[in-house]
This record gives sequence, structure tokens and C-alpha cells, in this order.
Amino acid sequence: MSLEINGTIFPQEPRAGQCLRTFLRELGHFGVKKGCDAGDCGACTVLLDGEPVHSCLIPAFRAEGRAVITIEGLGGDNGAHPMQQAFLDAQGFQCGFCTAGMILTCASLNQAQRTDLGGALKGNICRCTGYRAIEDAILGKTNVEESVEAGAAFGRSLPAPAGPDVVSGKARYTFDTAIDRLLHIKLLRSPHAHAKIVAIDKSAALTVPGVHAVLTHDDAPSMLISTARHEKDWMDPEDTRILDDVVRFIGQKVAAVVAESEAAAEEACRRLKVAYEILPALVDPEQAMAPGAPIIHPDRTTENRVADAQRNLVAETHGEFGDVASALATSAVSYEATFHSHRVQHAALETHGGLAWLDDAGVLNVRCSTQVPFLTRRALSDIFKLPMDKVRVFCERVGGGFGGKQEMFVEDILALAALKTGRPVKLELTREEQFIATSTRHPMRVHIKAGADADGKLTALQLEVLSNTGAYGNHAGPVMFHSLSESIAVYNCPNKKVDGFAVYTNTVPSGAFRGYGLPQTLIAVEAAIDELARQLGISPYDMRRRNIVKPGDPMLSPPPSEFHDVLYGSYGLDQCLDLVERAMQADTPQPDLSPEWLIGDGVALTMIDTVPPAGHIADAMIALNDDGGFDLTVGTAEFGNGTSTVHRQIAATTLATTVDRIRLRQSDTAHGGHDTGAYGSAGTFVAGKATHAAAMQLATELKAAAAGAWLCDVATCMLEEASVVSGVRRMSFAELAKLARERGQPLAAKGNSDGTPRSVGFNVQGFRVAVNKGTGELKILKSVQAADAGVVANPMQCRGQVEGGVAQALGAALYEEMVIDGTGRVTNPKFRDYHLPSFADVPRTEVLFAETSDAIGPLGAKSMSESPYNPVTAALANAITDATGIRFTAPPFKPDRLFPALHDKFGA
Amino acid sequence: MDLNTITAVAHPQTRSQLPVWTSGDAWLAGGTWLFSEPQVHLTRLIDLTDLKWPALTITDTHLIIAATCTISQLDALACPADWLAAPLIGQCCRAFLASFKIWKTATVGGNLCMSLPAGPMISLTSALDGVCTIWKVTGSEQKIPVVDFVTGNQRNRLTSGDLLRQIDIPIASLKRRSAFRQISLAPVGRSAALLIGSLDADGALTLTVTASTVRPIRLLFPKAPDASTLRAAILEQITDNLYHTDIHGKPLWRKHMTLRLAEEIRGELLDTARP
Repeated sequence: MSLEINGTIFPQEPRAGQCLRTFLRELGHFGVKKGCDAGDCGACTVLLDGEPVHSCLIPAFRAEGRAVITIEGLGGDNGAHPMQQAFLDAQGFQCGFCTAGMILTCASLNQAQRTDLGGALKGNICRCTGYRAIEDAILGKTNVEESVEAGAAFGRSLPAPAGPDVVSGKARYTFDTAIDRLLHIKLLRSPHAHAKIVAIDKSAALTVPGVHAVLTHDDAPSMLISTARHEKDWMDPEDTRILDDVVRFIGQKVAAVVAESEAAAEEACRRLKVAYEILPALVDPEQAMAPGAPIIHPDRTTENRVADAQRNLVAETHGEFGDVASALATSAVSYEATFHSHRVQHAALETHGGLAWLDDAGVLNVRCSTQVPFLTRRALSDIFKLPMDKVRVFCERVGGGFGGKQEMFVEDILALAALKTGRPVKLELTREEQFIATSTRHPMRVHIKAGADADGKLTALQLEVLSNTGAYGNHAGPVMFHSLSESIAVYNCPNKKVDGFAVYTNTVPSGAFRGYGLPQTLIAVEAAIDELARQLGISPYDMRRRNIVKPGDPMLSPPPSEFHDVLYGSYGLDQCLDLVERAMQADTPQPDLSPEWLIGDGVALTMIDTVPPAGHIADAMIALNDDGGFDLTVGTAEFGNGTSTVHRQIAATTLATTVDRIRLRQSDTAHGGHDTGAYGSAGTFVAGKATHAAAMQLATELKAAAAGAWLCDVATCMLEEASVVSGVRRMSFAELAKLARERGQPLAAKGNSDGTPRSVGFNVQGFRVAVNKGTGELKILKSVQAADAGVVANPMQCRGQVEGGVAQALGAALYEEMVIDGTGRVTNPKFRDYHLPSFADVPRTEVLFAETSDAIGPLGAKSMSESPYNPVTAALANAITDATGIRFTAPPFKPDRLFPALHDKFGA
Repeated sequence: MDLNTITAVAHPQTRSQLPVWTSGDAWLAGGTWLFSEPQVHLTRLIDLTDLKWPALTITDTHLIIAATCTISQLDALACPADWLAAPLIGQCCRAFLASFKIWKTATVGGNLCMSLPAGPMISLTSALDGVCTIWKVTGSEQKIPVVDFVTGNQRNRLTSGDLLRQIDIPIASLKRRSAFRQISLAPVGRSAALLIGSLDADGALTLTVTASTVRPIRLLFPKAPDASTLRAAILEQITDNLYHTDIHGKPLWRKHMTLRLAEEIRGELLDTARP
């Protein structure tokens, strides 16, 4: 057959059942992305004879004789299409994985559709932005600052350096590369929640043409690991094998088939005969510690960092300051309730996966979708007994993370397959595999008791948490500890008590997720503050003001911490409360709603340590090039967090130059140094500090080199745009580079940050909602978030992080819900049954910044990527309670879940 | 997604060229559902495109919608002014969970044959008294009202190898006054209840309940019901086991929304004050 793609005729023949998406990618058009492969997300949108379609749903043979335009061809010969330029001007993207499909769709809208963007864009999911920046692009707004003078980049709204590549489809994500002789991996997954693998008969599978290997637990190293990646391995239990002879959740990998094509690998998976001995399964976390419950990891001990395997307890914590029971007995008011947080997924649009190959030097190369390339390299080195310099892990651009890629779910299999076959291999998870076999947020039951005196001073705070870590303990302990930390440390209270239990169940593992446990406990804590305030007749804002910590107050949560490095590098919580209260009181036009709509306001606050505890390391290197520009090398990864922009801003400002002179190299272990990773909101606060240190050092050396050449006092030397100056003397950076090279002393510097001391950041969210008492429908009438991010490195980007955090949290608060049935099966592993917020679902949020400058963070900045997510569900729940007088304790707050209580209270 | 077990695609141009139906075959109309999920039991697709059925035909008595008519084609139909029910077409097209990009490919027949409770073309064609023509695998033809064609969640009257050819809508039905109500858990989410009422010239009210129930259910009121009559009829004729349950709505809520939306429709069509 023949079809035209971006003006070029292709004569190739697709396979009978092939969809257009994979056909276009096979022909080299990597701008066509896979988000779901099921027609739900729109990332694969192309124009077919000028009309936008989801190419994953179009049989490839139907493109016969037709013309396809992909993002690469949208601009034609005239450069960028106006919609591509609009997305650049507005910076209508973060990770950029949805951007190609979004731009092609937006470029196709007619005038009527432009007036109903909620309807027109319901087939395009963006997981990062919260859609405001996308709307700006469609409306033709410019959000980037046009020009910024030398040395003034920090604090300005500069665009992401990858923007032109993102909007043109040139940015290379994990799978956007062609490798010769590539083999494909498909995984056979367990149909049972708990079973022993008695035997695996590979014979029929091996007869499938094109199959190179079938890997089972017999082929895999027996070493116990955790998929979780932390700087310190002791944070997670050793309870996981790459391929195990026991399966502990439906979806766990049983075998890996390596074949010439995905089709052959799939067929071989179907022909594998596995004999299982079914074991009793534990699905309900409430039963996990009960006598007689099935034991999921019977052989693990505290040696493996599993607290009590015989009770399915992977981690626990207990502590008390003061005497909570006595305080509650004598408090003027008290509150007690149980809250349930459900299971939600990251739903980064790029699925997990990667490619691996051995190069001529015998180095195992792994190109993967990860937030933690350096920690993954260390794990692969450990597991496969390879020297660190024989393993390289890297990523280019990653299509979203949200914590889900602070894990090693595929790289181990990729390495095993590449080492066994000697061939380059690829493993790309499907969207269904993302749901059933990667990780989720930890579902939690949180019981709270709280008391206050007549003046509204807290007298007691008690939390009991039951966290469901699923079949494996990746992140189980740290998430539980974190959930019990800042959530109550932000309040002064003489009596505090916590009990935490993280338990195994035979369900898909929980893992790191934006917020890392805090959103689950904040629903309870922030509800208690409101309920106490209501009993006392105090405003929710004043109640919080009376109790929040202020600089000098100890930030305490029991038991006593071994880490004492959290300081008030800056403090803007008071400002955030004032900003939100004022904004909520401001006149806002209200829609004309019938009396059935009940209206209420709610607020919630959050504090977050700017770095995870126990060390978070970043190295940065910066070198002066012959052209007078700089190569900045950092380890931290870019997946929409915007740190690539910020690192250039930090370096340019420190070197008194402009960002276009800073070329960023990132997230590749081959570049040397170490970087713990882009998690715990560390990309700016930790890695940015390393960049700042390196740039400061290089600035010193540039001045010293010039002073040496001029034989003048170095104190008279200054950096100015692209030169060193001293009085009337001036030497360009390029001349300086030449001079240094001639002397055999290239100008370069290193910087390091070890993640301590740490500071604290704050966010306050306010909502006004209307709840229909007859239907349970909810409208958000107003949304305000104030953030204390220190000196805001890039206001445009930081606003986007806040908006994106609010949107993702609203998904969890209102719609998203992974349902697991009584057998442990995820019943809704697809986007059409797991409703991610679309354009129509997300209100605009007014984003306000406190004015602070952090003494610890780089150039006064603090982290701001996880924390905007954290107070959202809590604030929404408080607003719903204010509107209805009913305390709902279990999100998501969908109409069908709100309805029964509304109906009981208000009738038909 | 790629359907890797498919080894052949047949492209019949006439009914006589339809291949002998064998295990592993599937009809391919738009393909928007077929290509959205793994179909490992399938080996051959029989593409209906080259049969070139006219998408929409208007006769003196009927609007004939080919099974392969796309949602976009239906949405674009220029309806005569006296088709008072014409707005239902656009309303039902917009009730799709999928966006306008899918409408270009998805077909009316495909939506019926999927037989999801929330299938908006089921809502539309059952409310408009549509009748399905089925080409039986045996070579005969069968006519079944849409309301009877869908028998449950993803269940219908087709047997293996049967092919839905078209849906005939009586023009008379298109000339009735109608009212449309729909609700879902999200502003543009999948329908959890979709009700259509229509009023005959002689005052008879027909209420078609879809999405909230596992199959379309029609309630006929020869004369205009009052609120309590309507409510009683729904409670009696739609027993609790008929309400659908899935992630898109719990049955209790669907039931109450059905009662509520039905009353709104009654109010709109009978021009009475709403409660």
C-alpha cells in the first residue's frame, strides 16, 4: 500500500491487525505518542486527510491512499504552525508527552468548539498542567518573558529549554529511538493473588518463531531487593525478587519472553504453561494483622527490614509526647473520626519501560523512563554483580513521574534480558500493566482524636494509621512515617500520639506518590481542626493561626526523630493563610444557582520538609566552552518538573550571563558524579544548590583566570554578560576559554549538595463549592492556593506546578478510584473507567506566592512540586462539610457517594 | 492498539461476498472499540467499509441509518424543520464519553452492538422507535426493535455471525416533541442515566430510560401522568435489579437520578411547574 506522511509517500505494508499509531512510529514518526493505546487520552492524535483522529484506533490499512500529518509535519516548510508557537508562548505543557496530540487537536478546532473547550478537549488528557496554560495557548496568551537581561534570569518567567523540541515532536522520550536488531519483551503475569509456582513449561512457547528466550525465576538472580529507590537502601525492606517462585498479587510478573516482535512475545506468553499451587490470599488490610490471616512473606525477618512478617507488618511506629488521653478528658472540645483514603494511580502519560543493550565496551546501557537513573544503576550493579562503570542508566525526556518512577519496575528485566540474549531489548508497559502491576498511592485508614481548650488552643492530637502497602513493601515505611510527620508537626500541641502500621496484602503494591502519605493524613488532621473550630465558634483561619508553628517553635511529631536537620530556612505560612483568606473574601461573581445548591467554603494547610531525610545527594559540573558558553551537567531528571529551566536560570544568574549560554546535560550516569534523584521535591532545592555551588566556584575561577592574565587584583574583576571586566579591561568568555586551553587548564568547576540541612515549605488551599443536595453533584466556584516557595525561581513554571498539583489532587478527590475486587483484581485498569481530570473538570485556581527568601535553598528558593497536591482533598472536604453540614470521610467525593447522606438529610 | 493475532482482513463489496463466518472472525465497522482492547481470540477482521452502505437515507416513512453510519455523519444530518425531535441527535452524540475525534470513526451500529448501558445511540434509536435489521448468519433477515435488541449490559440478540445492517426510524417519531436529560459523575463523563421523553400529538407520553438500567426500558403513558403516577410507574416497572452498577455510578444513585430526571422531563413536556 502507499500512504503520505507529512508530504512523503511511504510504500510500506502494515500488518493485518496493526493500528496506525505503531505504523507511523515504525516509519520513524516518534512524535506520535502512546498514552493509553485505547483511544482515551489523545496523545496519539494525528491528522488523517486533515481531520484529527486517535491513531491508536485506526486500522493502519485504512490509511491506504490517504494523507497523514503528524506533529513533525504540522508546521510544514514555514516553521512552526501558529498553534505550536502559541503553546511555546503560553508554555502550555510540562512533561510534554500529551503536547503533540493536544496541539494537533487544538489546531483543528472550529469556532464553535473553541467556545466549548470542555467538550472539545474531552479526548485529550494532560496529567501535568491543570489545563490553564493550555487554555492560554488556545486564547493566544503569552506567558513567557520576552527578554531577560544578563544575570537576571533567576526569578523570571523564562521558557523551558526543551520547548521548541516538545512542540515540534522532536523531543525524545524513552521509546523515541530506533535501534537495530532490537528484541521485544513481553511479560506473563500472574492470574492469582497468591500462589506458588510449581512448574513452568516453556516448550510450546519456545517453538513460536522469533522467540529468543523465556526467562523465569530459574534465570533470575535470587537476591532480595526492593523496587523502591532511595539514597539509603535501609529505607525499604528486602522482599522482592526480579522473578519469584511465589506470586503475591494479580499482575506480578511470572516470566519474560524475549522475541523478534511484540506479537511473537505475546504469543509465546500465551503458550507458557504454568502450574500454580494456589495459596490463601489476603485482600483486606483490616484483616492483615488478625490471627489466622494468610502470611504473605513468611520467611522475611527484621534482617530483611520487615517488622513482623508473621503479622504481615512491614513497618510500624508508635510514640507519644505528653499524655493525650488525659488531655482529651479535660479538653473543652474534642473530635474523633475515621477517614479512608482510597487507591489512586500516578497515570503519568508515558508508561514505564525502557531499552537496554550492551555496547562494544561491554557496558550495559539502560535507557528508561525513570526519576532515579543513578540509584537504578546502583541497583543493577548490585543485582547483576557488575562494576558500577559497566552499567549506564540514563533518560532523555520523561513523560511524567509523580513518584511512580522512583521505582525499578522494568530496568531489572531489561538488564536480565540484554545480558542473557546479548541483543538490544525493549520493554514498554501497556496502560493496563501500569494499573495492575506498577504502583499506586498507599490506601490508608486514619483514625484521629483531637482536642482544644476554650481559647482554641490545641490540647491533643492523636493519629492511628493503617497503611496498605500491597504485596511488597516498597516505600511502605517512609510513606507511613512521612504521613505522621509534617501533618501534625505543623501544629503546636503539648500532647501528641501516633500509631502507624503498614501492612502487606495480596494486591498491587503501593509506592511513592506525590505527597508521600501526607494527603491521606491531612484529610483527618485538617478536618479535626475545622470541627474543633466549629464547636468553638472560631473561624477556620483563626483556629489555624492560633496553633500553627512559627519560627522558633519545635516541629514535633512523636516518636522523637533521629533527624534534627529541619530548620526554618524561611517561613511564609502566616502569609499563605492571610493570602487565601483575603482572596476567598474578595468579591467573586457567582453563578446563578437554584436553592438546591448548597454553598460552602473550606481551607486546609500543609507543611513539607524541602528534602527527604537521611541524605539526598546531588553533584553538578559546569565547564566553560570555547564559544564562551557553558556546559552544565546535572544528574537530576526532567519529567515536567521544570528543573531544567531552573538549573539554567541559577547558573546564568550566578555567572551574570543569559540562559542561552548555558547548555544543560542531564540524567545520565555516564556523565559522572552522583544524583540521588528527582524525588522528594529535590530537583531545585538539592540539585539546584549543587548547580549554584558549581557556578559560584566557576565564577570565582573565571575572575581568577582573568586577574592572572591581567596581573590585577581579583577583587576588581567582575562578570558581565559574556565577559570578565576589571576597570576598562574586558575579556570575553570565549577569549578566556582560549587562554585557559592554551595553558592546559580548562575552566570547569564542580558543586555538591548533600541535602542537609533542610527547610520547610508551606501551602494553603481554599475552595468554595456548591453541592446539589438532590443529585450529589459538586461545582467548584472558587479555588485559591497560596504557596511559600521561598524566592520563586520561575513564577510561570511554579504557578504551573501549583495548578497541576491542584488538578491531580482534584482527580483523586472527585473522580479517580482504583477498584479492587474480593479476589484482589483491579477491575478498572483503563482510562475510560479511571476518570482522569479533563479540561472540563478542572477549575481555574488563583495562585498566590508568599514573599520569603530561604536561607538554605539556592538563591532563596524552596521546593514546590509535591506540596501543592497535599492540602487539596482536605480543603475540598472541609468546603463540602461547610456547605452540607455533613462530614464526608472517604474520597472520592463523587455524586453517587455523596448522595445517600444528602438524601437522608435533605430528602428528595 | 495493535491486534497482533489478526492475520487477515476481508474486504467484501457485496452481501454475496461476505465470507463464511468462522470462529475468530469479527466484523469491523469503525473499529474504535475493537482496536481499544486486546482481542486475542480474533484472527480475521471482516471490514464492512467496502459494502458502501449509504450512511443516511430519508424515505417517505423512515430515516434509515446504516450500521456503518458514523457519529459525525449522523450529527451532521440536516433535519427538516418539522422533525421536532431532531435536537436529540446532537444531544445523544454529545453524550458520548468519547470526543469528536472518535465520532469521525465510531459508528451507530457499533454502538448498538457493543450494547453498553451508556451507549447513546441505543438511547437515541430506542427512544425514536428504531427497528434493527439483522442479516442473520443463516442468510435470512430479522427485524427487532432497538429496545428489544439490547438485552443487558454488553448483551444483545445477535448470535455469532449475525450482522446488524441498519436501523429504521419512523419519521413520525422524529416529529414528536421530545425532552432529553442526562447525568454522569463528571461534567463530560460517561452517562449514568440518560432519559428521553416524547409526547404524541394525542398527549401520550413515552419515557425511554437508558444508561441507568442494564438495557433500555420504555414506559408508556397513554395520557399525561402526574408526578406520583410517573414515579409509581418507574418504581414498579424498573425493579432494583435492572439498575446498572459499575464505576460510573452506584445503582441507588442511578435509581434516584432516574426518578428525578423523569420528573424533569414530565415537567418540561407537560409544561407543569417543577417541584
